[in-house]
Amino acid sequence: MEQATDRVKRGLAEMLKGGVIMDVVNAEQAKIAEDAGAVAVMALERVPADIRKDGGVARMSAPEMIDEIIAAVSIPVMAKARIGHFVEAQILQAIGVDYVDESEVLTPADEENHIDKWQFTTPFVCGARNLGEALRRIGEGAAMIRTKGEAGTGNVVEAVRHMRQITSDIRALSTMSPEELMRAARDLQAPFDLVQEVAKNGKLPVVNFAAGGLATPADAALMMQLGCDGVFVGSGIFKSGDPALRAKAIVEATTFYQDPAIVAKVSRNLGEPMVGIEIDTLSETERFDKRGW
Amino acid sequence: MIGVLALQGDVREHESMLQGLGVSTRQVRMSKDLDGLDGLIIPGGESTTIGRLATLYGLIDPLRDAIAAGLPTYGTCAGLILLADRLSEGTQPLLGALDVAVRRNAFGNQNDSFEADLDVAGLHEPFHAVFIRAPWIESFGDGVEVLATWDGHPVMVRQGHILATAFHPELTKDERIHHLFITMTKES
Repeated sequence: MEQATDRVKRGLAEMLKGGVIMDVVNAEQAKIAEDAGAVAVMALERVPADIRKDGGVARMSAPEMIDEIIAAVSIPVMAKARIGHFVEAQILQAIGVDYVDESEVLTPADEENHIDKWQFTTPFVCGARNLGEALRRIGEGAAMIRTKGEAGTGNVVEAVRHMRQITSDIRALSTMSPEELMRAARDLQAPFDLVQEVAKNGKLPVVNFAAGGLATPADAALMMQLGCDGVFVGSGIFKSGDPALRAKAIVEATTFYQDPAIVAKVSRNLGEPMVGIEIDTLSETERFDKRGW
Repeated sequence: MIGVLALQGDVREHESMLQGLGVSTRQVRMSKDLDGLDGLIIPGGESTTIGRLATLYGLIDPLRDAIAAGLPTYGTCAGLILLADRLSEGTQPLLGALDVAVRRNAFGNQNDSFEADLDVAGLHEPFHAVFIRAPWIESFGDGVEVLATWDGHPVMVRQGHILATAFHPELTKDERIHHLFITMTKES
């Protein structure tokens, strides 16, 4: 019997495909998310919109809060650790979360190095803006990728940009001859063996979800039509007027993303969406997606 | 033509395995998608999510009726849970097609997920089985044939035209269990 193999770690992400992973800050929200049809919940101290508003250092959630969430739901529980903060990740593994998100939404603990994720039995998901970044994270042991987007803004534009970039980078690789791949690896700043693998298969070796700024059922269906395997929704649900209703609508839009009549139906009478932020109004230091490399 | 219930989960892996065995596939999201199928696979995924969507989109009764009418059906992991008649703990929509009681997340959380060689009745060589937050079968009725166990718990069963595994053959390259299911669709 073998545990914590690539197949077992990546396999859980395969099971989450076509689903919605929702940010929650307590057991009550986790239950609402599960009842709405979430495939997993992401435990964090504050949703990204509040991290933006309140400022200060954003850290891993308190272990007792994560314990309560694990006890409250039967679906997988993920939790965020700061970039490079391998001790927060060790704690999350000891608590027994199902996935660790090494996340730019929290304040980075190391501006040079990400966590060596091969050292863990718990699988990791990491954000990426382009193929090179995705492959660097996979090279460090990430078993799932998500777009970085721009969390806490309710603005999907960065998630779209990142997904289109990853898709376009993969398409470019898959047209290259073998002798062009080393140069591509140099330009992407990505491990050569992973570049070869992506060029051969025409896809990432792990599941890729959309994240960062999704707020409506239409946003979820958009990201699915752009080729994402599933979606994360953070502030978009619990910062809206009617979280339970919006959560259900986003789940349905993610499953039936190819059916505009259903996406239209579930988009009706949802109440107020979260108030969005124009990305151009953020200063460089307010941009979460610039954290990590 | 074999359908794969495509509300959520690892639909693509089942489809590519079936297609590799020369079988055409159809994604099933609505009850009309069940028409004319020779078999149905309920994939791995989150059983609560799949069950909720199946209820909401009026699929529970058409699925029950089709399976009761003899549609060969194979469930993996979440698919086993949905096919079951009862759960050891908790409540969620079930199809009640398989006379078993299932325990969800029976092995523990993701850190307890594993892969291992499993002896399967009818297969000459062990099957390399991938268990991810997997369920096991806690008890079963007379009509259920246990094809494999792990640590004393049934993890693969057959009841007439219904096949179920707690593990994920679709995450491996081993086609033998899908081949067995395709054979079942031709028997009926």
